[in-house]
Amino acid sequence: MSTIDLLEQQGVVPSRTRPGLRGLSRETKIGAGILAVLFLAGLLAPLIAPYGQNQLNFTDIYSAPSLSHVMGTDGAGRDVFSRTLYALRLDLGIVVLVTYPPLVIGVFAGAVAGYFGGIFDAVLARIVDVMIALPFLVLIIAVIAIVGPGIKGILIGVPLVAWALYARLSRSGMLVLREQPFILATVALGYTTRRTILRHAVPNLMRSSLIYSTLDMVVNLLLLSSLAYLGLGAQPPSAELGSIIADGQSALLTAWWVATLPGLVVVLFGIGALLLGDGLSDGRLKGTLPCASLPSRC
Amino acid sequence: MLSYLIRRVALAVLVLFGLLVATFFIIHLVPGDPVRIVLGGRATPETIARVRHQLALDRPLWTQFSLYVSHTLRGHFGTSFTLDSPVAQIIGQRLGASAALIAYGMLLSLLIGVPLAIIAALRPNTWLDNSIRLGTTFTFALPGFWLGLMLALIFGLKLGWFPVSGYESGIVGILRTLTLPALALGLALAGVVVRTLRSSLLEVLQSEHIEATRSRGLGEVRIVGHHALRLSVMATLTILSVNIGFLIGGTVVLEQVFQLPGLGSLLVEAVEKRDYQLVQALTLLAGAAVVLASLATDVAQAFLDPRVKLSGR
Repeated sequence: MSTIDLLEQQGVVPSRTRPGLRGLSRETKIGAGILAVLFLAGLLAPLIAPYGQNQLNFTDIYSAPSLSHVMGTDGAGRDVFSRTLYALRLDLGIVVLVTYPPLVIGVFAGAVAGYFGGIFDAVLARIVDVMIALPFLVLIIAVIAIVGPGIKGILIGVPLVAWALYARLSRSGMLVLREQPFILATVALGYTTRRTILRHAVPNLMRSSLIYSTLDMVVNLLLLSSLAYLGLGAQPPSAELGSIIADGQSALLTAWWVATLPGLVVVLFGIGALLLGDGLSDGRLKGTLPCASLPSRC
Repeated sequence: MLSYLIRRVALAVLVLFGLLVATFFIIHLVPGDPVRIVLGGRATPETIARVRHQLALDRPLWTQFSLYVSHTLRGHFGTSFTLDSPVAQIIGQRLGASAALIAYGMLLSLLIGVPLAIIAALRPNTWLDNSIRLGTTFTFALPGFWLGLMLALIFGLKLGWFPVSGYESGIVGILRTLTLPALALGLALAGVVVRTLRSSLLEVLQSEHIEATRSRGLGEVRIVGHHALRLSVMATLTILSVNIGFLIGGTVVLEQVFQLPGLGSLLVEAVEKRDYQLVQALTLLAGAAVVLASLATDVAQAFLDPRVKLSGR
């Protein structure tokens, strides 16, 4: 079975809206809870951070986690917890920016291609094949080589590739939907093509893409922190989770908390998003982590 | 069969061509004058003109592209400015560490992932299966570089079993210097191996083919060991080939963590020093490796696995 087949098996089954929160599994609730806490922490960082992001204090360097510094301090006496909150704010902001606009574009492109077929569809499918075949991290680094280190390279590079996955998901979903009675009915009722696609097909196609997007957020956060670790992400004085970890590497033995604790925050986000995705997909997407089905996104 | 192979090869050639076009434009998309950026502010106009000529940047775009394609096909990747030697030679020196790391990481992911997948598939939906599944969620959420650092902290700095930086060749050297980075690389992939192999094993174990061996009275060990696993070998191969891109990305980061002289750390250096020739060659190489690996797997699968439906795509 090739990658392509794996994805196409995840055809979209139109489903009715579920009743309220009660229908959700425990997995889903825990995952959603973790994400809500982390997003809130990032959003409210300026309010809840006990110290400034770059507030130096050279009399208090590398102090271990304590009540006044929950995650300890780094080599410049900066409070690691405060830095982590600000980094979370920046990173999650970027993650949302590089995950959701490409999702919308991809879903629409895939829906249109799947609905009409023909030459546009064939060309789109080939472009998607090329995009998905390339090693993601290397591609983003190449974009960063062009525009220079910083967030700009990520904001350009990730969406350039990310839409392709959603286009493929949505296209294969559309191929199934196209034959469904309720879509055929819109033709019989004389609805315009635009109305059929936008009002009737796209809401159905969004479902699988939105579920997939939880995994995509994890992949994007891992990518962001990797790039920041390599020094190719946001430039100082802005902190990213990856750059805080990189700062802590040289003092790993004497001050383990600087590199360790921000990493745990990344792990926590990943677990939350994966639980949410697993829970929402009610088994249909199970067993296919993004790396298995969508290799180059890792 | 033949038409499938032809179509598959044609797609690979198309992707490789797309890759050539994309990497060709790397140097052209740099805002401002790439030659000036590379040479720095103090370069004389003569030097700039000479380098520009050397890079063929003074020719028409189409000529530049055909030169690029023909040079690349013959293995000429130009000269690196910052290291002042042929790109092909630099890559040759650095390839060993990266290749060893990827191979070792793959091996570890199989050693960890395959047994866990079998256990999970034999006892589906028990506490054992669930905790293995939870474990794979956990390893997937781990940032590779952070896991590498934690391994370095515990097994390198605290216990002193392995060095935390540097690379030595030879079996003993590789075992010493690459075990920690390979483990960091392999654990993430092991999660993927477990998930995919588990569902593929479950599917096989419920098939009529296995039902028949059960009715012949064969023991469960024999069924799994001999019949089910054989059918799942292809699934495992596919997982590995599909994840080459992921592994390459992982080496970029882990080589930095453990300061290994591989292609990944070379790429990061090249970006920092704005060595566009080197970035171009490394991007092309990474892309080509992925495309060729997936082509090789699909072709092997077509020959080995009679169940592959060739008419599909």
